[in-house]
Amino acid sequence: MTDAGKPLKRTPLHELHLSLGAKMVEFAGYDMPVQYPDGVLKEHLWTRTRAGLFDVSHMGQAFLRTTETARGTEEAHAAVAAAIETLVPGEVLKLKRGAMRYSVLLNEQGGVLDDLMITRAAMGSGDGMLFLVVNAACKDADFALIKEKLGGRVELEILADRALIALQGPKAAAVIESHFPGAATQAFMSMRPVMWGTSPVLLSRCGYTGEDGFEISVPNADAERFSRALLDHPDVAPIGLGARDSLRLEAGLCLYGHDLDPSTSPVEGNISFIFGKRRKEAGDFPGAARILPELTNGPRRMRVGLKPEGRAPAREGTEIVDAAGAKIGVVTSGGFGPTLNAPVAMGYVEAAHAKIGAQVFLMVRGKSLPAIVADMPFVPHTYYRG
Amino acid sequence: MTTRYTKDHEWVRMEGGLAVIGISPHAAEQLGDVVFVELPAVGKSFKKGDDMAVVESVKAASDVYAPISGEIVAVNQPIADEPAKVNEDPAGAAWFVKLKPSNAAEFDALMDAAGYAAFVESAR
Repeated sequence: MTDAGKPLKRTPLHELHLSLGAKMVEFAGYDMPVQYPDGVLKEHLWTRTRAGLFDVSHMGQAFLRTTETARGTEEAHAAVAAAIETLVPGEVLKLKRGAMRYSVLLNEQGGVLDDLMITRAAMGSGDGMLFLVVNAACKDADFALIKEKLGGRVELEILADRALIALQGPKAAAVIESHFPGAATQAFMSMRPVMWGTSPVLLSRCGYTGEDGFEISVPNADAERFSRALLDHPDVAPIGLGARDSLRLEAGLCLYGHDLDPSTSPVEGNISFIFGKRRKEAGDFPGAARILPELTNGPRRMRVGLKPEGRAPAREGTEIVDAAGAKIGVVTSGGFGPTLNAPVAMGYVEAAHAKIGAQVFLMVRGKSLPAIVADMPFVPHTYYRG
Repeated sequence: MTTRYTKDHEWVRMEGGLAVIGISPHAAEQLGDVVFVELPAVGKSFKKGDDMAVVESVKAASDVYAPISGEIVAVNQPIADEPAKVNEDPAGAAWFVKLKPSNAAEFDALMDAAGYAAFVESAR
């Protein structure tokens, strides 16, 4: 079921999901696995201890290339970086070859239109090209925006012929190393082109669980065979969107459309690390008139971690109140953290309450449940640091 | 001993004049791993269809409705202390509450096992 009543889209791994006994749900217009027979709890814990395979092929992949100058030169990289920097507040120009950054597309009011990964081509011959990965629900709008705003400076090649497969968890590096020698020592937040047999693959060391791991862009035609090859390893199990959500929540990572949206700025979203120093000084990104004062003076409200004191989860939409019962914010993501065996949440609170250790209350089914403003991530990240 | 069912997937069994109430194995399976159970206070009265308890998995929260009207005389605290028990034995040891019915006719109006099985099948 979709808003438009259109049939659901399928990823190249749709048949694989069904054969593995997945429970399928609609997500961003796609028929996606929410869980497999093991269930969300076991899938979550498996990913934290071994390696979980996620189909994230619904996300949007694209190459952005400059058309202003011949590619394969530093000038070409500078040209494509300057173009995308008109839409994002991060440092793209100084990215090294093969390096990737988390960033956001901003609207003119400084609100977040989407969050995305931007990667500089790994080879010198690819200078002038960036690899973009954006959210499934936003991809059509993102790509339309890029074409509209950057038309004449760039060409956008949407990679509808590529699947995206994530392998996450402490065993991921050993499994990927067995297919792609050198992967185990590949830098975190880097990408390189490799071959899987005759199949050209983009291997990125990144993820959305807080664990070490990889995202692998594979031609659609090879996606199922490649996934099955990974699943053949005894440490690898398929993981659905349910555990993907609880894993990223424990890792303190934003889910676009919930923890970030067009009304929230990156400063409010507590992702100010994305601003490049040069970009802040220049103030040359959309919505700078709002964002620069927020960076200097602090935002009016901010995304914080929340640890409910009891066992009751506080779900998205739960009101956050102060000791007097006055509303001070709202939960934007919340549930149960299987690794912590306790409820966890994140939400926006007024700045005065956005201090680690502050006592707040969550209105769950008419009852006021105490909670503490907590540092994130809730579960420490275990990214590869060499 | 007759067990009756509701369209909201609660089960009710009469034992010594008291209604023992839980959630069906089908409901437990649909929910997935239960991580939180909230039970009502002993002595509280409910009308048929009122929110009576809450059961939550990693994914979602679900209300448990009073299948019949009456007063709570006992709750199964062990399932609140260890919610995973709900998945282990939803139709037996993981009962939620015992309720003293105020209108016996409400029990008889609920679905029997065959009726419930057909209802679940039709909803697939």
